[in-house]
Amino acid sequence: MTTTKNKVGSAPGCKPGVDSVLSVRNLRKWYNVGNNLFGIGKKTFLKAVDDVSFDIERGKTFGLVGESGCGKTTTLKVLLGLEDTTEGSIFYEGEDVATMSAAGKKEFRTNVQAVFQDPWSSLNPRMRVGSIVGEPLEIATNQTKAQIKERVGTLLEEVGLNPYQANLYPHEFSGGQRQRIGVARALALNPKVICLDEPVSALDVSIRAQIMNLLVDLQEQHGLAYLLVAHNLATVRYMCHTMAVMYLGVVQEMGDTERIFEDPKHIYTNALVSAALPSHPDIVRSEFLLPGEVVSPIDPPPGDVFMSRTPLEVDSNHKWANERPPLVELETDHWVVDTPWSIATEESGFKVELK
Amino acid sequence: MAKATKITDTEKEELLSESLDVDTDGFGKSAATSETVLDLRNLQTQFTTKWGTVKAVNGVSYNVKRGETLGVVGESGSGKSVTALSIMRLIPSPPGEITGGEVILNGRDLLKLSEREMTSVRGGEISMILQDPMQALNPVFTIENQVGEAIRIHQGLKGTSLFQRVVDSLKKVRIPAPDSRAKDYPHQLSGGMRQRVVGAIGISSEPSVIIADEPTTSLDVTIQAAYLRLLRQIQQEEGVGIVFITHDFGIVAKMCDRVAVMYAGRIVELADVRTIFNSPLHEYTKALINSVPKLEEKTGRLAQIEGQPPLLHNLPPGDSFAPRSPLKYDEKDASIDPELVEVESGHWVQLSRSSVADFDKYKHLVNY
Repeated sequence: MTTTKNKVGSAPGCKPGVDSVLSVRNLRKWYNVGNNLFGIGKKTFLKAVDDVSFDIERGKTFGLVGESGCGKTTTLKVLLGLEDTTEGSIFYEGEDVATMSAAGKKEFRTNVQAVFQDPWSSLNPRMRVGSIVGEPLEIATNQTKAQIKERVGTLLEEVGLNPYQANLYPHEFSGGQRQRIGVARALALNPKVICLDEPVSALDVSIRAQIMNLLVDLQEQHGLAYLLVAHNLATVRYMCHTMAVMYLGVVQEMGDTERIFEDPKHIYTNALVSAALPSHPDIVRSEFLLPGEVVSPIDPPPGDVFMSRTPLEVDSNHKWANERPPLVELETDHWVVDTPWSIATEESGFKVELK
Repeated sequence: MAKATKITDTEKEELLSESLDVDTDGFGKSAATSETVLDLRNLQTQFTTKWGTVKAVNGVSYNVKRGETLGVVGESGSGKSVTALSIMRLIPSPPGEITGGEVILNGRDLLKLSEREMTSVRGGEISMILQDPMQALNPVFTIENQVGEAIRIHQGLKGTSLFQRVVDSLKKVRIPAPDSRAKDYPHQLSGGMRQRVVGAIGISSEPSVIIADEPTTSLDVTIQAAYLRLLRQIQQEEGVGIVFITHDFGIVAKMCDRVAVMYAGRIVELADVRTIFNSPLHEYTKALINSVPKLEEKTGRLAQIEGQPPLLHNLPPGDSFAPRSPLKYDEKDASIDPELVEVESGHWVQLSRSSVADFDKYKHLVNY
């Protein structure tokens, strides 16, 4: 597919020339929550995702972080085709998914797989593990039963299970093992991208490391790209190469993971970092809480969405109080929504030192 | 009740005001004292199942002092929640049964009380904050009704004085506009606010001990931080002892004075929080701490604990962690039932050759 012309446009926050498998440009997902049954009346929209652009580089991990309701899971659902887009495009290998031929769409769906958060509800309790892992192969390929059985065996071995366990039912496994089954199912069609929706947050602490290490190993072996949706910043720092911080459906800070953690610029990112739990009792971070609570994403104001949460003073006549501010590259590979009230500095006191 | 820390009215005003500005870690100093309020001695709880007897709590001893937070850490199934339910005497029987030990709260053994006496202790001297605020509150009753219930039962208040106490409790957990909020139903509050209401019920009758069973797992990070800070502030004001059940070492690092690490129904290590982080002795404790990625620096490959936690029915005697231990050991050593020994002042370890690398250093403390 490398010969196809790359039709992906540039966007703030996206480095040009990146070898991206999956790209998202100006993605919007609005839910109409206002008008009545007959479509009469004023339309109000819940803007779950509002103008989001990013690239997922081949063989790398891109992380989406934010609080519940920030739109990170909606973004993932739209990418997987579980939700329609309201506006914007998804590009797979440089090709717009919306205008793809049927064969192209099938290839896209084969190559973009998912692992879900809850290993208890994401596996069908009535199917044997062999059928769960083999189902994608039955649907998307024309392999024989024997070939599928063999492939399932290899897949189970690859995720650290035994091939004979293909005959068992999901309830016979522990949480960590179930999540391995979920990973095996995602791997079945040799995808290029796997979307991970909070893959470890439902697991026990001692099991989390096993799954994270497994994911990292599989990425190296197969050159997989991951989209990781998580709320735990430490997990994101461990797993991701690039990341974006979302608030109210809008990316607030984006770029190279290490650059962001070494010098978080946006006040919201600093607030998340300050609220994150320390890894040692002697680490005492300055801690601040943002005033108020997360605002409703229904009919957000036209200006900066962070305006209502910033602890700094907002000039209501400022351009960015009435118009959506763009991401600005403040240093190489580090993009931030730059308004007079969104940047944490030493003087303002909202800068969190991680060390 | 003795206040652990005195704070002035103006300071209280500041704390109560909603404008939470910059605060250099609002956690303050530990409020721990040396007065023991809750003392567990060799507590044993078991369940009879069709697969055999499950010794969910197998001889657990710990104590909590006034104003102290004891963290109880372990995987699911390690017995940390069953221990808490045993303290409250809320184990469903059958199949469960508390088969031995003592639970001494303010000098009284709770296991010897009648059911009637226990009812006045529950929610009175000792209360519990549960994990899921959605399920802990009844959707068809107002906040006033639910917070008031505990106060009505334990203090016999009625009418305006009852309402006043409800508002006071809501104020203590920093709920804005408590007078009008008291009239709301649970669905009208956000998740963080609901968890505060659960907290208000917990502290409404001025208990000496609060058992918090993973109260923040269903909350967002920022709301979690606010809630943890609140718990700490309440503790400093009221001098209450907290048993904090969690599996998150971050919460332990932030909140706890001492830590008990549980595995397969037993305590494998118990020490103050700095000892646990700086010089853990049991391999399980070490592995738990090293398996968590750090936020403060780029973490290299994570240490992982191989295998799965053991099944608890008909657990053979001996060191239950041995099959997952990275140490080299003899089958014979692993089959010896290990003892929990105080290796240094305040630092208790379940000593076994299979799970403690420094076993030889402390060999003289045990006779195996």
